[in-house]
Amino acid sequence: MSKKAESRNDSDSYVTADGRTIGPAVMEMRNITLRFGGVVAISDISFDIREGEIRAIIGPNGAGKSSMLNVINGFYHPQEGEVLYKGEVRKPMKPYQIAHQGIARTFQNIALFKGMTTLDNIMTGRLTHMKQGMISQMIWKGKAEREEIENRAIVEKVIDFLEIQSIRKTPVGRLPYGLQKRVELGRALAAEPSLLLLDEPMAGMNVEEKEDMSRFILDVNDEFGTTIALIEHDMGVVMDLADRVVVMDYGRKIGDGTPDEVRNNQDVIDAYLGVSHD
Amino acid sequence: MSSVQKMNTKPATLIGLARRNAELYGEKPAYREKEFGIWQSWNWAEASKEIESLSYGLLSLGIKQGDHVAIIGRNRPYFYWAMVSVQAAGGVPVPIYQDSVADEVCYVLDHCKARFVFAENQEQVDKVLDIKDQLTSLKSIIYLDSRGMRKYDKTHLHDYRDIQKQGADQPDKLKAELEKRVNAQTEDTTCAMLYTSGTTGRPKGVVLSNRNILVTAEASSEFDNLTADDSVLAYLPMAWVGDFIFSIGQALWTGFCVNCPENSDTMQHDLKEIGPSYFFAPPRYFESILTDVMIRMEDAGAFKQTMFKYFMAHARKVGGKILDGSDSVSLVDRLKYALGSLVIYGPLKNTIGMSNVRVGYTAGEAIGPEIFDFYRSLGINLKQLYGQTEASVFITQQPDGQVRSDTVGVPSTGVELKIAENGEVFYRSAGVFVEYFKNPKSTKETKDKDGWVATGDAGFIEDGSGHLRIIDRAKDVGKMKDGSLFAPKYVENKLKFYPNILEAVVFGNARDRCTAFINIDLQAVGNWAERNNIAYSSYQELAGNPTVIETIKSHIDEVNKDIASDSMLSGCQIHRFIILHKELDADDGELTRTRKVRRRIIEEKFSDLITALYNGDTEIFTKTEVTYEDGAKGSISATLRISDAVVNSPAKQRKVA
Repeated sequence: MSKKAESRNDSDSYVTADGRTIGPAVMEMRNITLRFGGVVAISDISFDIREGEIRAIIGPNGAGKSSMLNVINGFYHPQEGEVLYKGEVRKPMKPYQIAHQGIARTFQNIALFKGMTTLDNIMTGRLTHMKQGMISQMIWKGKAEREEIENRAIVEKVIDFLEIQSIRKTPVGRLPYGLQKRVELGRALAAEPSLLLLDEPMAGMNVEEKEDMSRFILDVNDEFGTTIALIEHDMGVVMDLADRVVVMDYGRKIGDGTPDEVRNNQDVIDAYLGVSHD
Repeated sequence: MSSVQKMNTKPATLIGLARRNAELYGEKPAYREKEFGIWQSWNWAEASKEIESLSYGLLSLGIKQGDHVAIIGRNRPYFYWAMVSVQAAGGVPVPIYQDSVADEVCYVLDHCKARFVFAENQEQVDKVLDIKDQLTSLKSIIYLDSRGMRKYDKTHLHDYRDIQKQGADQPDKLKAELEKRVNAQTEDTTCAMLYTSGTTGRPKGVVLSNRNILVTAEASSEFDNLTADDSVLAYLPMAWVGDFIFSIGQALWTGFCVNCPENSDTMQHDLKEIGPSYFFAPPRYFESILTDVMIRMEDAGAFKQTMFKYFMAHARKVGGKILDGSDSVSLVDRLKYALGSLVIYGPLKNTIGMSNVRVGYTAGEAIGPEIFDFYRSLGINLKQLYGQTEASVFITQQPDGQVRSDTVGVPSTGVELKIAENGEVFYRSAGVFVEYFKNPKSTKETKDKDGWVATGDAGFIEDGSGHLRIIDRAKDVGKMKDGSLFAPKYVENKLKFYPNILEAVVFGNARDRCTAFINIDLQAVGNWAERNNIAYSSYQELAGNPTVIETIKSHIDEVNKDIASDSMLSGCQIHRFIILHKELDADDGELTRTRKVRRRIIEEKFSDLITALYNGDTEIFTKTEVTYEDGAKGSISATLRISDAVVNSPAKQRKVA
């Protein structure tokens, strides 16, 4: 594996050992500090996410990982520092603006509509692509009908991709946990994001479900070229999936690099295994 | 037209039939597959074109006459076309069970020296790539779904559609060659090679000729009056001879429509949407649907339950007779049955996807009489057939109006039957296989020089009706120490008729008494546990529950009583039993891929448990290796309880009777 040999020049694109092209940075965090009142959640963190890569954010509990994800998708606006998305400094946004920027995410605690079917849940992921107004949706002729058919076709592709045809019409609340996670990924994919954020996609899964989910994440990245940033606790999974890893501890960045680099970083080992402070 | 002339006009190859269908039924749907939530459909003209372009594609890939081409994947129109195309181009299609592990796939590919492989997706391609180094003759792999394989080295990997395009682009160059190869085929040319799952040892490649397939397809289609208007759901493994006959042989012969489900999990739903008129399922399937219906009825409201019970009782009384066209049903009963159809039978048949079933078959194992009668009483024409890969399926089948649960029917058209002295059933027909591939020794053992084939099953032809009845596997029928008859499968089938018992294995050959392993049915017993607030976390825990053991014991007691009344088999009563801590599984080699018990392997693997069954222990600790779906190995251990069952004295029974 020659990942290490790659140049770290931000403007370059490079090809990974397994043949994927990683482009220049699409998202750049510059000296981000995020505070809630007196509590510093994130302090002075800088890193970037490059086009087409799988970027992992890891760290012990309370390290500020989920806050970081919320900064990335624009839900939190940091007090200090700036976020560059596609080369432009991002301004504070309203939720609907956030939804329109091409970033989709899943949540640590599944946030699906439990009473709705898998199909309907994934359809909600197409919401930002529906242009017709309420009246024409109600009449459902011509444009509105065509639009729904187009969107349904994309949703069916997602269903096929995630192999959840058999639960198409099943209310999500009745599904086992692992499948619900998959439906949530489906909803995020339906939005056809250029950047996909996954907040602990494997939490609470058994080995088989984790293997399935890993395969889907790799396939999404490979098939659609989607850039993926994910938070995960399972170190084995992270090291296998990610191209680069950011390690956080107490709101600070303590490591950044390829899985191999991070694994051998003394600060990271200390943060995970603990170190005596005397 | 005289019959000789008629014979001459009949196409002798699969592609010949496909071309004929394109002419006769051009606009009629030939294949359907649900994809992206919609039924995609190809009519015969389109299907024939697909087959043609794939045949050209295979020629341009360099397929030689006699090449074996493996096909691994679930039922999809593309693979049915592949089989026809391979055969047209002079090759031999070899479908492989899609859930086979790499080792099994390796054996088959190496044994038949496959030069090409059709693989459905990355999972199947990976299996072949894993063993590529051991396969010297393998030239290329053709895949259907490219997902996940973008980075693979494509020198020997081709996209199915690219191959078709490659062929379609240069028809002039390849047309003459294809016609030459099609015309070179005779009735004796190999049509397909199907590996039998083999209850013992490695699978054997059964070579079937064009004659075998086409004569069988013709005779069986006529037997049940199948026409181009029928339709079938293709969901059973493509590697199984039944699917080859139904979805290729009969479908091409009569021109009916083959429907492929979206994936294996959606089969039930797709069945309901398609509502086929011709349906095949193993007894296990009918059992599980019935269990499912009963469980759901138990959850239904009081009104629905009462109505269901009332009309089902009526259906049991007259439904079967009406289906058989009997005159003994009164007008009042017929009217009541019609009312029942409106409110219960009709909706129920629709729910289980059997509204349109005109001909339904089950085979492979014995089916419980209650289960069989349930479906027939609803007006579903469920029948039994008896067949083998070596016979191109059909040996015996039940004609309409002569359907019973305890026989397998009369000899199929063109089949001769003979019972040997030891009770083994022999047959001879045009469908009899050519040979076992590269295995003259086994061929000789199975088929004698006059063409009689040993079925390996013991049975007898019933006086009067002429129906064949199967008792057991001939080699499993043994003698107990005291010389009485030992027929394990006969007992196992009786046990398996109880919804709580999924699988049973009976031991006792050359021993003084019989014992059994039991697998409980997780669905049925689990539902019972839920209803009675019994918490369990795994199959193992539920299987060890004292109440469950007690229930199973009561079933065995009943079976013992039943067996005791039969003077010939009374020695087969079960004295002791163990509920196993794991479900018997094909991945662990305990069952065949068609879910038949592999007795020898189970005997070896659980030898410690068998010892305990006979030495009087009441408890035993055991550790068993298991294989997970991804091929990884693990082990489970448990302390199992051994229970005694009530055994009836046959002498006393006889006196009472």
